[in-house]
Amino acid sequence: MSGKNVHEHGVEVMEEILEGYNDGTKKDRKKKLEVVKSEDVKCGINSNRKIRPGVMSMRGCAYAGAKGVVFGPIKDMIHISHGPVGCGQYSWSARRNFANGTAGINNFVTMQITSDFQEKDIVFGGDKMLTNLIKEANELFPLNKGVSVLSECPIGLIGDDIEAVSRATSAEIGKPVIPCRCEGFRGVSQSLGHHIANDSLRDWIYEKEVKGVEIEDSPYNVALLADYNIGGDAWSSRKILEEMGLNVISQSTGDSTVSEIANLTKAKVILLHCYRSMNYISRYVEEKFGIPWVEFNFFGPTQIIKSMRKIAAQFDEKIQQQTEKIIAEKYQPQFDEIVSKFKPRLDGKNCMLFVGGLRPRHIIPAFRDLGVQVVITGYEFAHNDDYARTLEYVENTTFIVDDMNEYEMEKLLENFKPDLVGSGIKEKYSTQKQGIPFRQMHSWDYSGPYHGVDGFKVFARDMDMAVNGAIWKKITPPWK
Amino acid sequence: MALRQIAFYGKGGIGKSTTSQNTLAAMAEMGKKIMIVGCDPKADSTRLILHAKAQATIMELAAEVGSVEDLELDDVLKTGFLDIRCVEAGGPEPGVGCAGRGVITAINFLEEEGAYEEDLDFVSYDVLGDVVCGGFAMPIREGKAQEIYIVTSGEMMAMYAANNISKGILKYANSGGVRLAGLICNERQTDREDELISALASKINTQMIHFVPRNNIVQHAELRRMTCVEYDPNCSQSNEYRTLANKIINNKMFNIPTPVSMQELEDLLMEFGIIKEEDESIVGQKKVS
Repeated sequence: MSGKNVHEHGVEVMEEILEGYNDGTKKDRKKKLEVVKSEDVKCGINSNRKIRPGVMSMRGCAYAGAKGVVFGPIKDMIHISHGPVGCGQYSWSARRNFANGTAGINNFVTMQITSDFQEKDIVFGGDKMLTNLIKEANELFPLNKGVSVLSECPIGLIGDDIEAVSRATSAEIGKPVIPCRCEGFRGVSQSLGHHIANDSLRDWIYEKEVKGVEIEDSPYNVALLADYNIGGDAWSSRKILEEMGLNVISQSTGDSTVSEIANLTKAKVILLHCYRSMNYISRYVEEKFGIPWVEFNFFGPTQIIKSMRKIAAQFDEKIQQQTEKIIAEKYQPQFDEIVSKFKPRLDGKNCMLFVGGLRPRHIIPAFRDLGVQVVITGYEFAHNDDYARTLEYVENTTFIVDDMNEYEMEKLLENFKPDLVGSGIKEKYSTQKQGIPFRQMHSWDYSGPYHGVDGFKVFARDMDMAVNGAIWKKITPPWK
Repeated sequence: MALRQIAFYGKGGIGKSTTSQNTLAAMAEMGKKIMIVGCDPKADSTRLILHAKAQATIMELAAEVGSVEDLELDDVLKTGFLDIRCVEAGGPEPGVGCAGRGVITAINFLEEEGAYEEDLDFVSYDVLGDVVCGGFAMPIREGKAQEIYIVTSGEMMAMYAANNISKGILKYANSGGVRLAGLICNERQTDREDELISALASKINTQMIHFVPRNNIVQHAELRRMTCVEYDPNCSQSNEYRTLANKIINNKMFNIPTPVSMQELEDLLMEFGIIKEEDESIVGQKKVS
């Protein structure tokens, strides 16, 4: 793309991509691709729609969203994958949600518990078996504080009454049992699973007035919402909030407990990290309990400092002063040190970043702090409000794609030849085979945390390791 | 003689099980070797042949032992009147689980266990009510029942159901080779019943294979859990079933059905005076008080 206007080049690539489609697909995909310029303020991508048949999508299903994202990380609950064994088995521990505690005693995050449906359960229904399972699991793991029933596709098809089972067993074991109708065939992506899971929490925790532990009232009580503690993210986010002088009385759902989730309503302000997956519960709690919520972004120095100030502005002078103090005395020197070490090694590199429904926009500024330009981005399952929020973070001409498929990804890599790609496991090996360094940006590629000050250090090191890894000097990509 | 697989469909309560068991009993009298596969969770498709209240079903037994793979054919296959073999698919109580899946599982089990390899002339499937889902269409899919007999009557809803079932047959006619073999009119004593069903039959490209008159002796036999053919072989009703049995054995009319639209069906009913001309001006109007 030497000499050519970057925007023109992007539009050319977009046209080339669309030329490869038949008329129906072209018409549909045209609404999902856009090359935005730095001065643009609006992104017109039409999102959260069904995928085209025949393409290999990066998306997951409603069960993946409800179990894998929202419920799974709650550590003192038994999460039952209700249905045949595969859904639970193949999603087992894939998201690296860290949690304190002893596995099998008071922490069940790493366990795969399923009702393992057989043919006879399909024909005769699985309600009795589910009842027995809940009672047995409660006896086996007496320190559990509740159970979630995450229904897989067949449950919705045969119409089992998991709500009735949940009410009856909840009364019997004296703990919340939360049914979640997250059958995989519902909706167009995992995004609906997040919404359904939020609604389950609403109906079976807040509407049923499940009680958390007693909390000493303070004007500085906050709740950290929608941080899933991947590779320890929530722990480093929490550290910042505590150093600002705030009390984190509830953290969810990473390394979270039923009590903490119930105590969300005792916070003075809810701090929402992953807007896409848990904005529903924030809106509900705001409406019902009058608790305001604030979106923030703890990726990279620029956004961390901006978010700290935004959060501090919700509180009094004391917090604001303390925030400025730790930024100046503690964080800024650390950021400077990280940036001075890694920016020279990454400056001027281009990156493609394609994951979920929030992280692309959140991580763009962190890359920029290290001198890396994100040139291709987009979301698997974002909604229109996410695209509306994206341009706030975009500062250079960027190719934006919704629900990217393998053909589009191949074309984009061929044409843009980025120095680094951040996406998921399905994209990892095909990208590396093209000679392009890759990092998994769902699970942090066995690393992390990436949130907060501690996380930025790890993030910068990992990106440097990927881009400047010696292995890439031994490989000639096909276009060289 | 090659094995013929037939199935009886029809609206719920129309008398499928009674008609089919009596007819099959008459066919057995003529020396035919027969197996009945009940595809109804109520499991009442073989009670008149076995003199039993309800037979232990494939799905029930499978649930008991763990899975269908643990079952043996002998566990589920019973022999009744004139050596007619009887098996019931079974299924859940009303309102739970998936009865359709039960039918699929049971039929696959019978095939895998070689139930059809025996020296049989006819396998007959007796299927619950309407073809409500894929499971109940199992007997008309590829390699299963080839001839479908629809039990109906001169009542409007029974005719709707017959037309609907023929839509199901049409769906699988090209892929699986299933054919509509005839309508059996089980008399309800409505006006001009035989003419009406004959007219419907010709509209959907088939025949009214037999008109079975209403006779209380069928009830008497049922109370004794017997077919009329066994209970009173000399009565006129038994002879009716024998006539039907003969017609089925010698039937050559296997057609792809041509189901009609709702409008055509209503026109037919109007022609026979079953329903009156619709007065569009009264539709959706409240009673004026």
